[in-house]
Amino acid sequence: MNELIERLGRCVERGKVNKISPYPNDMKGQDGADELTKQSLEAAISPSEILQTCNDAMQRIGERFSRNEVFVPELLMSAKAMHSVMAHLKPFFQTGSVKAKGKFVLGTVAGDLHDIGKNLVAMVVEGNGWQVIDLGVDVKSSKFIEAVKSHPGCLVGLSTLLTTTMMNMSKTVQEIKTQSPSTVVIVGGAPLTMDAAMKMGADGYSPDPQGAVAFLNKFAAA
Amino acid sequence: MKSILKAINENTILISDGAWGTFLHQRGLQPGECPELWNITHRDDVFAIAKSYIDAGADIILTNSFGGSPIKLKHYDLQDRTAELNEAAAIISREAAGKDHFVLGSIGPTGIMLMMGDVTEDELYRGFCIQADALKKGGVDAFCIETMSAIDEAMLAIRAVKETTGSEVACTFTFEKTVNNEYRTMMGVSPTDMVSALKEVGVDIIGTNCGNGIDQMIDIVKEIRTVDPVTPILVHANAGKPTFENGKTVFPETPEEMAKKVHTLIRSGANIVGGCCGTTPQHIRALVSSIRMKN
Repeated sequence: MNELIERLGRCVERGKVNKISPYPNDMKGQDGADELTKQSLEAAISPSEILQTCNDAMQRIGERFSRNEVFVPELLMSAKAMHSVMAHLKPFFQTGSVKAKGKFVLGTVAGDLHDIGKNLVAMVVEGNGWQVIDLGVDVKSSKFIEAVKSHPGCLVGLSTLLTTTMMNMSKTVQEIKTQSPSTVVIVGGAPLTMDAAMKMGADGYSPDPQGAVAFLNKFAAA
Repeated sequence: MKSILKAINENTILISDGAWGTFLHQRGLQPGECPELWNITHRDDVFAIAKSYIDAGADIILTNSFGGSPIKLKHYDLQDRTAELNEAAAIISREAAGKDHFVLGSIGPTGIMLMMGDVTEDELYRGFCIQADALKKGGVDAFCIETMSAIDEAMLAIRAVKETTGSEVACTFTFEKTVNNEYRTMMGVSPTDMVSALKEVGVDIIGTNCGNGIDQMIDIVKEIRTVDPVTPILVHANAGKPTFENGKTVFPETPEEMAKKVHTLIRSGANIVGGCCGTTPQHIRALVSSIRMKN
């Protein structure tokens, strides 16, 4: 494999955004994901190969997060590096020369204003090649249902941090399922367990972003 | 002004209060409503919660100001009322506690990460200063900066409180058990990391809150004690990890279970014990009778 693209993958995994970024310490002054994506495209490496390499890098950091080898700061920096890659690849998504695996509608449920967990999931899922439609925080059932209608075939993710909003989550799952029984819903958040998720009628549960990716990928467009 | 440190040095175990958030919801606070606004709109309900913990025998109660930083209040467009809402929180708890009990001003995290560049250190610091100043004006004896996960935010909050009020400051972090059986906050901070960083900025009391029940709190206190044998430790434990039964959130640890296990927590090195999410005045009452009986 090309040395350039190998370095790019490493930048995404280590969270090296661009040359001026001081993080991580041992990569100071080196080109980051931003510069290397540009150079890769200039070297005629295909956008889909770039995307695949970076998806793999995000997969590795996501797995390390699941194993508690790295924590939120490291994952956020990788996501930030991935974001700078995606900025270069955006035109190729628009022309259709690279394609997303599918659409994922995501939001924190009504009554809950916490966005850190939801954002992490959004970034990791996007970094894995999905198109993410982020509805934000304090999202009412009706807004999820609206999004399901305007993005046919999408999967839905619900997040909550508060123990007091688990009930709203359950209500939201049920209302989505009533309106659109075939829509696949995955839930996550600190107070949840697989058992609670199943009792709510969700199709999936994940304690971490990589688990959400693993779940979603079962439904990925070929 | 009463000193909590002095009370601890006199060899007493102090008992703190239980949950506020889950209690407020029981009294009708709707998800998505601002809890701190209740200090004005539902003063009697907030007072009743504070008083119920004093009546249960707690030595310390906190204030309904966990989300009272300007950054948090901004979600509800209430940032301009930061001073008013915090001062009201302190006045309510002071009134419930009377002169003989301690009131700790509660300060929670802002939910914004410095490392992402969404907020400056200066902005965070100034926000905590406004909150601390108002709580002090309302009559708190000391502060409890709680549910922290990032070292940088916690250090800024401690500095802000100390420099604004000169009062005693407790700071507690929320840890989860990793797959490797270590304790870390979501930002990757271990109890050991917490201790060394917070002592640098002159914290008076350290500890842990929330979490997944009292058993894990015992492990965390033991880790803190291996690196710091002296700094007083405060523990506010959840009533276990909640389950979801018949459409309701249920916390598994009963007052009796908590009261039984609290002795191990104290033997491990805790000086102040109380509850977090899912704990009730019954939990605190059980702690009081169990601890006072032994002493």
